[in-house]
Amino acid sequence: MDYAATLEQALARIANAADLDALEQLRVELLGKQGSISGLMKTLGGMSPEDRQTVGPQIQGLREGATSALTARKAAMESAALEARLATESIDLTLPAPSAPRGTVHPVSQVLDELAEIFADMGFAVATGPEIEDDWHNFTALNIPESHPARAMHDTFYFPDKDAEGRSMLLRTHTSPVQIRTMLDVVKANPGGAPIRIIAPGRVYRSDSDATHTPMFHQVEGLVIDKGIHLGHLKWTLETFLKAFFERDDIVLRLRPSYFPFTEPSVEVDVGFAIVNGKRVLGGSGDAPGHGWMELLGSGMVNHHVIRAGGLDPDEWQGFAFGIGVDRIAMLKYGMDDLRAFFDGDARWLAHYGFSAHDAPTLSAGVGTAA
Amino acid sequence: MKFSLSWLQDHLETTATADEIAAKLNAIGLEVEGVEDPAAKLTGFRVAKVLTAARHPDADKLQVLSVDVGDGTPLQVVCGAPNARAGMIGVLGLPGAIVPAGGMELKKSAIRGVESNGMMCSTRELELGEDHDGIIELPEDAPLGMAFADYHGSDPVFDVAITPNRPDCMGVYGIARDLAAAGLGTMKPVAAKAVVGSFPCPTEIRTDDPAGCPAFYGRVIKGVSNGTSPDWMQARLLSAGQRPISALVDITNYVMLAFGRPAHAYDLAKLTGAIFARRAADGESVLALNGKEYALDSSMTVIADDAGVHDIAGIMGGEHSGCSESTTDVLLEVAYFDSVRIGDTGRKLNLTSDARQRFERGVDPAFLDTGLDLLTGLILEICGGEPSEVVRAGTPPATPRVIAYDPARSLWLGGVTIPDDTQRAMLAALGFIADDSWNVTVPTWRPDVDGAADLVEEVVRIHGIDNVASVALPRADGVARPTATPAQKLERRVRRAAAARGLNEAVTWSFLPVPEAEAFATGNDGLWVLANPISEDMKAMRPSLLPGLLSAVRRNVDRGAASLRLFELGRRYLRGANGASDERLTLGAVLAGEKTPRGWATGKAQAFDAFDAKAEALALLAEAGAPVDNLAVMGEAGPQFHPGQSGTLRLGPKTVLARFGMLHPATLKQFDIGVPVAAVELFLEAIPGKRGAATFARSAYAPPALQAVTRDFAFLVDAALPAGDLVRTVKSADKANIVAVRLFDDFRGQGVPEGQKSLAIEVTLQPGDKSYAEADLKAIAERVTTAAGKLGAVLRG
Repeated sequence: MDYAATLEQALARIANAADLDALEQLRVELLGKQGSISGLMKTLGGMSPEDRQTVGPQIQGLREGATSALTARKAAMESAALEARLATESIDLTLPAPSAPRGTVHPVSQVLDELAEIFADMGFAVATGPEIEDDWHNFTALNIPESHPARAMHDTFYFPDKDAEGRSMLLRTHTSPVQIRTMLDVVKANPGGAPIRIIAPGRVYRSDSDATHTPMFHQVEGLVIDKGIHLGHLKWTLETFLKAFFERDDIVLRLRPSYFPFTEPSVEVDVGFAIVNGKRVLGGSGDAPGHGWMELLGSGMVNHHVIRAGGLDPDEWQGFAFGIGVDRIAMLKYGMDDLRAFFDGDARWLAHYGFSAHDAPTLSAGVGTAA
Repeated sequence: MKFSLSWLQDHLETTATADEIAAKLNAIGLEVEGVEDPAAKLTGFRVAKVLTAARHPDADKLQVLSVDVGDGTPLQVVCGAPNARAGMIGVLGLPGAIVPAGGMELKKSAIRGVESNGMMCSTRELELGEDHDGIIELPEDAPLGMAFADYHGSDPVFDVAITPNRPDCMGVYGIARDLAAAGLGTMKPVAAKAVVGSFPCPTEIRTDDPAGCPAFYGRVIKGVSNGTSPDWMQARLLSAGQRPISALVDITNYVMLAFGRPAHAYDLAKLTGAIFARRAADGESVLALNGKEYALDSSMTVIADDAGVHDIAGIMGGEHSGCSESTTDVLLEVAYFDSVRIGDTGRKLNLTSDARQRFERGVDPAFLDTGLDLLTGLILEICGGEPSEVVRAGTPPATPRVIAYDPARSLWLGGVTIPDDTQRAMLAALGFIADDSWNVTVPTWRPDVDGAADLVEEVVRIHGIDNVASVALPRADGVARPTATPAQKLERRVRRAAAARGLNEAVTWSFLPVPEAEAFATGNDGLWVLANPISEDMKAMRPSLLPGLLSAVRRNVDRGAASLRLFELGRRYLRGANGASDERLTLGAVLAGEKTPRGWATGKAQAFDAFDAKAEALALLAEAGAPVDNLAVMGEAGPQFHPGQSGTLRLGPKTVLARFGMLHPATLKQFDIGVPVAAVELFLEAIPGKRGAATFARSAYAPPALQAVTRDFAFLVDAALPAGDLVRTVKSADKANIVAVRLFDDFRGQGVPEGQKSLAIEVTLQPGDKSYAEADLKAIAERVTTAAGKLGAVLRG
């Protein structure tokens, strides 16, 4: 028998099989239990050892050749079928994908987080107090007695209510009452007093409304109480904070004497700026050409009456305090120009000026978020 | 406080320029709000000579002038001033010039048919005085054609903000003292000569209220003539923004502005009997100089005569006894009033005045005689007359305060080293006398200085507070310690979690219109409502975060927004113990309008529903550390919500951690919102805190050895049974084996009896150390069906 010709014939039939069904039929015909090649394999058993020596490998070769041709042909057919199916499945990827809404953090919250980060590095904790305050904490304890003209400087919102001690209830006009509450808490825990370093951010209220004032705004209070703290420390702290906040080493401060009942000496702090593209950009001395000074914050050494109201001995403890407008420094840093828009909840404004959830300020990355 | 440079130079010998003075004022704590030069407004006005004046052909009161501005070409100008005449020298405004008073730009025009090439100006038109009876007449030697600004000369006006602690600087003299102490010149002594009266004061002067008016000095001057005050005085007053009125009134105003010493001049003819300070009687009233009637009460001090009240002491004089042109005899009042009394009275009457500003800050109690001498001298000089002897009723509290000071404090508190002698000299220049052992006598004009820290402020501000060197705060070793409290960390985390979920953080007002606050009020404690709101829209403190967000939704929808996801993290304001407030950190979120817009794959736009609100509530509570798996959905979200599509998330039956759902159509109507709104409110204070100290190491990871198995069950239940009840019941049917139960189908309709529904759940079973045998699974299934059966659930065949 001519095995080579048989193989040739089988391979030709495999190559010509029209589809997978025809190929399977061919496989059964050749290699199935009743298949022609399977039949040849069975003849080996009846052969003499000599014949088997010569014929065996030829039949074996025939079987292997057919098997591998079948396998290869089947794979090729399957692959072609898959290609053909995938070709029908193509889609237009320029169509829009489902979109996830982009949430934002309000600039005031972002800036408060930035402040917390910077001041934490200088050892300051964050303290809070009520916004609905009594007039003792908001005024009297801060050395602003009942008939003091300074009370008129604060356009105060009052409630008709009095607390259990007969104190008039009002909306705090500044974050300074947190100074008193913090000192009293510290004295409660440490009767002799203990060093304090806090910032106290939050909402404050003044009965004032125009282009640059809103009846509610945000302030952050700073308070350091310790032994031997003086004006030089105050200046350093403000410089260091502003340099870190604006991420500029060329911040220059100008201190001017001023008056606040709760500090003595009292210091108004101006910061130098330049006009760049019509906007004020902090940096440089306000006396340099093309520069100016802007009032930034009020501060001073804590008045001895206030330290005493906080339960501490002013002969032993002294320190400084400052208060700064959070909305204002947010505007200076991030370029908003209308304070009233902060509180409008305009989704377009929030999307434009808001911050990604992932922009949590860190010192290593710089607390600010680039535009 | 406004004053001109020339006025300052009345009291300060100085060569400093206006810029140098302004810089120094800022440096010593007298904040300059502006420096303005009235001459700067005089561009386009020139010295001009009237060559001829002829009657206007068509108007009786007008003249047609020919005016020479020095260039040889006379200009024709129509003028209505009665004093315009040939030969006079005046001021001509040329076309293009802007008249300072009123701001009108001059143009070439025709007046009643006659061409006019400018305007001859009056003092008032140039804001240089009050005279408007005629045009300005200049001396004959005034150079023709000269810019009038140059002729008039520059006299810049400083506008200085005086802080409430510095009554002494409410007069030009006090400002000069500060500048001199700061090295900007030399003080000129006050030119007050004691005037001896030539007859006893004919009117009895006394104080019947020594608490409110400790001292009342006065005298009568007879035979005065009250005309206009001299030009120099008018110029001073105008620079301070005061309108000249009459010589007597101007003199009292001038002494107040120059020396911070208010006084009052009464027309003696209008007084009856004695004049004295007393308490007002309840029900009394007075017509004040501003034309308003003020109702007085017994807490107020007044100046009265035997017939009635004339003057709200230290605040404002009365209309009836003021000086007028016909006044011939005056009574001068120089009194000392208690500062607290003045402040209280002023606030009660809601009446401010220059006098009140000074008295309530505290005028110099040792300046009464000098003040009276200054007034008398000026009146005699300007108005003539004959002065009586001085009456001094009562005694001003003029004992100076003495403060023990240690010059080392300038370093200790101020951070600067200033030699003792320098400090002593600085203090002396300000009027403080330090003895050898540093007991410092405070001048009577500085009521604000009551302790050593004030003296530090004095020397540091004169030294220059800007010269204080920065000194680093001591720093603890190592990396900064964490300072945030658990509550602060929670707040930050929840805020960023909400933003990460696609919500935009808003900050809205803490106060609301009362009806909006009432609609969201909880409990019966009552709202915090302001007594003096800025408007009705900002009156009640918010009891919930939702109303403010809803107003923001309305504004956004009105601007055309189709989809809104807003949140706010802030306080809601409740009533606390002992009349204090109870302010609780709360998160509010609103989902309004379209959840997804119409899309090629998703079809029509999808609106937000209650499950979107539930998803936000659970996700944010999970971020906040709440045990979300243990929360039950219950009702009572509140009347603001859709009664059938809202709920609360509770830990146990009472602790409400959140409410969520669709808002009630009535709520949307109240806020004028035309789209459905899903809302969430998280009560963050209700989330139980973590117990024990924080640890970093997690519990050991021990994955189960065997794979979990799932089994599905479908139950027929009453249509009203909450699916959550079934899930919870099944979950606890066999706690050893069942680790999770998930509801995946809620079906009503074909094959399900009316009034029932089919709920399908997937139960996950976790085998322990050996695989489940058929019998085990059967037993578990049995327990599931039994437990569900207690809810009336029947396993579907």
